Amino acid sequence: MVKILSAHIFALFIIDLNNLLKIRSVVDLNPGESGVISELLDGTLSLKLLEMGCLPGQPITMNYTAPFGDPVCVSVSGYDLSLRLDEAINISIQ
Amino acid sequence: MRIALVGNPNSGKSSLFNHLTGLNQKIGNFPGVTVDKKIGYCQISPDTKAEIIDLPGTYSIYPNSTDEKIVFDILGDKTSPLYPDKVVVIVDASNFKRNLLLFTQIFDLGIPCVLALNMMDLVKKSGHAIDHAKLSKELGVPVAPIDARKGKGLDDLMKVLTLPVGPLKSLIFPAMDYAEEAIETVKEAFAVEEDYRAYQLLQQHSISSNLTENEKSLLNDIAVKHEFNKDELRRKETLERYAAIGGFINGAVSQTFTHLPKRWTQRLDLIFTHKIFGYALFLAILFLIFQSIFAWAEVPMDLIDISFSKLSSWLEALLPAGVFTSLITEGIIPGIGGIVIFIPQIAILFAFIAILEESGYMARVVFMMDRVMRKFGLNGRSVVPLISGVACAIPAIMATRTIDNWKERLITIFVTPLMSCAARLPVYTIIIALIIPDKLVLGLFNLQGLALMGMYLIGFFAAIISAAVMKVILKTKERSFLVMELPTYKMPRWGNVGLTMYEKSKTFVFEAGKIILAISIILWVLASYGPADRLDRAEEIVKAEHAELDGEELDNEISAYKLENSYAGIFGKALEPMIEPLGYDWKIGIALITSFAAREVFVGTMSTIYSIGGTDDETTVKKRMQNEINPETGLPRYDFATGFSLLIFYAFAMQCMSTLAIVYRETKGWKWPMLQLIYMSGLAYFSALLVYQVFK
Repeated sequence: MVKILSAHIFALFIIDLNNLLKIRSVVDLNPGESGVISELLDGTLSLKLLEMGCLPGQPITMNYTAPFGDPVCVSVSGYDLSLRLDEAINISIQ
Repeated sequence: MRIALVGNPNSGKSSLFNHLTGLNQKIGNFPGVTVDKKIGYCQISPDTKAEIIDLPGTYSIYPNSTDEKIVFDILGDKTSPLYPDKVVVIVDASNFKRNLLLFTQIFDLGIPCVLALNMMDLVKKSGHAIDHAKLSKELGVPVAPIDARKGKGLDDLMKVLTLPVGPLKSLIFPAMDYAEEAIETVKEAFAVEEDYRAYQLLQQHSISSNLTENEKSLLNDIAVKHEFNKDELRRKETLERYAAIGGFINGAVSQTFTHLPKRWTQRLDLIFTHKIFGYALFLAILFLIFQSIFAWAEVPMDLIDISFSKLSSWLEALLPAGVFTSLITEGIIPGIGGIVIFIPQIAILFAFIAILEESGYMARVVFMMDRVMRKFGLNGRSVVPLISGVACAIPAIMATRTIDNWKERLITIFVTPLMSCAARLPVYTIIIALIIPDKLVLGLFNLQGLALMGMYLIGFFAAIISAAVMKVILKTKERSFLVMELPTYKMPRWGNVGLTMYEKSKTFVFEAGKIILAISIILWVLASYGPADRLDRAEEIVKAEHAELDGEELDNEISAYKLENSYAGIFGKALEPMIEPLGYDWKIGIALITSFAAREVFVGTMSTIYSIGGTDDETTVKKRMQNEINPETGLPRYDFATGFSLLIFYAFAMQCMSTLAIVYRETKGWKWPMLQLIYMSGLAYFSALLVYQVFK
């Protein structure tokens, strides 16, 4: 529970920090828009994302969102990947 | 020679396996776990017959689920009885970059491998070209372009498989550069030759199922002593591998794959994941499935029903009268008939599920439902088990392994048996046919079909409401992830669909059939014999009570008396006070008792009970049940209230030993299966009670 809460607080913190520093994440992309991955923030998740081809320096495109805005579908490394918003926010883009 | 097939999910691995082995395959379990282990045989050259083993699909040698763990358990352990001589890594060439990651990991383990490039037609269509000869030179392994769907290029693949193994090229990820001391220590302590294998032992020892506790703690000590930081190393490893893959692509691929024109998939996704059309289409597909199960399966089911009752009466006339004959005609044949009658429905259901999986649509359902499912403590991935639960809870519970969060997985396992499985279908079918008129509403929908769909909805709502309750009760610290590939849409390969239908029906007939047949025979014995003094005097007593009767009516009265005084009748009678408030008599009581082993026994039991004392020509179980009169009211026994109450009871009750057994294996203890048994049976009893009291 504590860990979940702290992950939530961490995510909120990142949103705030991102706003402050004008760092954008995949969540900020509109459907059809692309960006280049600059950094992966979350530790455990980033190992998974790297193996799935979300690599720093790779272009990433927001395709569309699920009916309630979450999860989202992105194109990366030549295929389509679905991510929840709290996962996508950990992928910073330039 | 033993050859293992390894590849990403959706890379065409099972198509390749089916093409290589044909029907010459057998499905078992990997040791210790209930993951399907598919093994087949293939003549790869005139003098070599290879054993082909299909390993679970995975993106990386680092597992995300218990299924994927098997890949390293087998490939990482040279002493494993399943350790292959060669590995075929199959990659989706149109998704080359990500697919190659797994190949580089397998390559570094030092097992001789062959790279099979699948879906080359898609590569060509997108205006790219892969020079496989050049790629083979760069990688240092044979490369064979194939088309797994059509089975093209298999001859070349088999040819390169028989080639002698060349000298190994240098490792793609030189693990030694990062953790030399730790790797050297492991190589010495565990007699491992390959650097990367030693490195993987350091990475994965805590989840390995091959190592003893002593070995695990030794590896842990080595990792601590030499400051082996596994997450940091894994990150570096993945980056280095992708850098190497970039190099291979530059060398052998004429264009990189960042922008594939996947126009069809994109266009279809606009509709399939649309906030209105997406859900509407999903509902429409479910509706289509239920309508077709009811419409298409009816004719073959009636045929099977009639043929078996004809066979019974034909054999009864042919064989000399006696105990053995009545065991066959009243016990065994109705019992087997009760199994065979499921085949049309199970085959249709599994065909639909296979089509949804093969086409790539199932992943979109997960995508659309994730947000909704999370509200109920489930995961988008829970949709697949819940939908498969409509066919059978056993494979469905096994399919929950893709959910890596334990709480979400447990909730899914707990509620999946509430989804109405194929075994409930015959119960629903026969009772709905008895209490719901067969007519069209709005000139389009069959009323019985609608009632059937209603039963499935009741099961579904019971499942998600129970999940929501469990979400509040259970606590967890674990995080939950989605991170899932959305594969491009493909035409399903009909051969694969057919094979799934065949395999699942076969498994059902032989696995469930054994139980059903055994219970039918036991039941026949219990229904034909009873305390000697009561049965022997049956004729005498009945004649004394009903002096006015003669001929056929007298015979019926005698057989009814006999059944009532048999062991089965006595059990049923003992249960009667408990089930009377639910609207059931002792005959239904017998069916309830036998159904606790497996609910599909219901129809078989009904046919056995109503067959005792004569198999009239062409009288099916349905007819006999229809003619059954409630002696107290003089009205049909199966009226609306009793029928509805039975439907509800069968919708909720946990009446399947195999499901309890699989839950025990998956949760590693009796706690959850027992809770499930108590919860579902309680829910069934009180809901059925409520329904009968309201509608009677």
